[in-house]
Amino acid sequence: MSETYVTPDGRTIGAPVLEMKNITLRFGGVVAIKDISFDIREGEIRAIIGPNGAGKSSMLNVINGFYHPQEGEIWFRGAKRKPMKPYQIAQQGIARTFQNIALFKGMSTLDNIMTGRFNQMKTNMALQILWKGPAEREEQENREIVEKVIDFLEIQAIRKTPVGALPYGLQKRVELGRALAAQPKLLLLDEPMAGMNVEEKEDMSRFILDVNDEFGTTIALIEHDMGVVMDISDRVVVMDYGKKIGDGSPDEVRNNQDVIDAYLGVDHG
Amino acid sequence: MFDQFLYGTEAAINGLMTGVMYSLVALGFVLIFKSSGIFNYAQGVMALFGALTLVGIQSGQVPFSHLINAVFGTSIHHFSWTLPAVLAIVLTIGVMILFAWMVERFLLKHLVNQEPIILFMATIGLAYFMEGVGDLMWGSDIKKIEIPIPQGINGTIDSVTYDWFGYGFYIDNLDITAAIIAVILVVALTVFSQYSSTGRALRAVADDHQAALSVGISLRSIWVIVWSISGFIALVAGVMWGAKSGVQFSLSLITLKALPVLMLGGFTSIPGAIIGGMIIGVGEKVFEFVVSSSWFGDAMGFTLNATENWFAYVLALVFLVFRPQGLFGDKIIERV
Repeated sequence: MSETYVTPDGRTIGAPVLEMKNITLRFGGVVAIKDISFDIREGEIRAIIGPNGAGKSSMLNVINGFYHPQEGEIWFRGAKRKPMKPYQIAQQGIARTFQNIALFKGMSTLDNIMTGRFNQMKTNMALQILWKGPAEREEQENREIVEKVIDFLEIQAIRKTPVGALPYGLQKRVELGRALAAQPKLLLLDEPMAGMNVEEKEDMSRFILDVNDEFGTTIALIEHDMGVVMDISDRVVVMDYGKKIGDGSPDEVRNNQDVIDAYLGVDHG
Repeated sequence: MFDQFLYGTEAAINGLMTGVMYSLVALGFVLIFKSSGIFNYAQGVMALFGALTLVGIQSGQVPFSHLINAVFGTSIHHFSWTLPAVLAIVLTIGVMILFAWMVERFLLKHLVNQEPIILFMATIGLAYFMEGVGDLMWGSDIKKIEIPIPQGINGTIDSVTYDWFGYGFYIDNLDITAAIIAVILVVALTVFSQYSSTGRALRAVADDHQAALSVGISLRSIWVIVWSISGFIALVAGVMWGAKSGVQFSLSLITLKALPVLMLGGFTSIPGAIIGGMIIGVGEKVFEFVVSSSWFGDAMGFTLNATENWFAYVLALVFLVFRPQGLFGDKIIERV
């Protein structure tokens, strides 16, 4: 594929932000990911789909550094990435959400989203204890960005509520907010619509499209459910049993025989 | 009867003050338990070690002097200076931070994702190791805290207590100081954890390790910070208890007094540690006052003595049966 391409709705997609080259991940003798390559380009919504146990979440965990692949290279923004700790990768500008919501349950919505700004707050700890000057100004600047995120996601009303007390759909939204607050170069969403009802799914789809549209954020998302994904993503990777079985526009993928087999099931014997 | 009432009030107030001292120790436990799920058995030894180091640095003791003398046949024991209290305190805080860093570097780093029981065993090892190092570094003789706070046993009764209502209404000055310092400490900790980004990161790590990593918080640096703060609290507790009864190795046993406080207040709650300490402090004094009094004896036909030795543990046992998460701890609800 050329350096850039134009989507059917007229957005121009840029050069690759992230390139996965021949990634293999093993747990002992189990091969979770087998020699997979794909890229995620500037400004696009990229989906990774596949049946249960296909290795989608493992792939996300490789991108964000929870797992380290035994083979293959990861290129981020034009440079080969050395093996890093997850927090270092977050500092590089990759934010994520989790399949089973990982919020700080005892903290308020506002505080949760503020933690997303952690990397942008560099004032010395000694100054924070004294709580003066730079620390205060920094807190305010970051607070403004967080307030924008809160407005954007329409969660003003639950700003002070401890997130443990919120319904599932709203928790998912707060988690998205925390990832957005970091103003990431690449946003990873692990099953953002899992466990939601139809209405919540529509809301979440709209937020994902709006994030991409308004901030130009590059998004990679994992989904189990084909329907929604095909509507919102620009390109789709399909995984099955740790292997890549399809890659392309939603239409191409939909008509790919391997993909149809994986989803509908064929006799593997 | 008014005399009896005053005497009871005195017992209660003294209990409250002692309770605050228990809280100081419990506070260090709670911080480490919340952020890393480790029950730090070494907290009491950290208090001892902090107090020993403070006295040693201030009085210009040569660290490891016994060891040096034994190996090289010299007979050094003190440098020829005594440091001002403030400088000694700053240097001791530095030592506690260095200690926190070493614990992370040489112990916790290698035990990530281990069972809680293994981490607990490691802190028991750490406790004995530190007790040994403390002995080797500073010697095992009983020492006196020389910083300008009121002294406990070291002064005469009249100079350390208040005498209100003309009734020997004695409250130890040291206890009042300890209470004020504890309040300042708790307020400072609360402000720090609620309103600074590092404080937010501490709470985040306490809540969910994986999520904290994903927003770019380094667990290891947070652990160093938490152990440093706990070390500082241990130092304060060690100095207060040291001023009360001299800096001696039995100080490390205050760990055992903090345990019932934690069971009462909940292992994960800072207000719980404070209030739990106060309840136990007041409870054991008032209980002792009541069951050892003559009118209790007249009414019941018997009196009890030395109940302070077991009262806290029995109370903790009752709580374990009826409210295992403590007064303020997180109730564990698991979905099946």
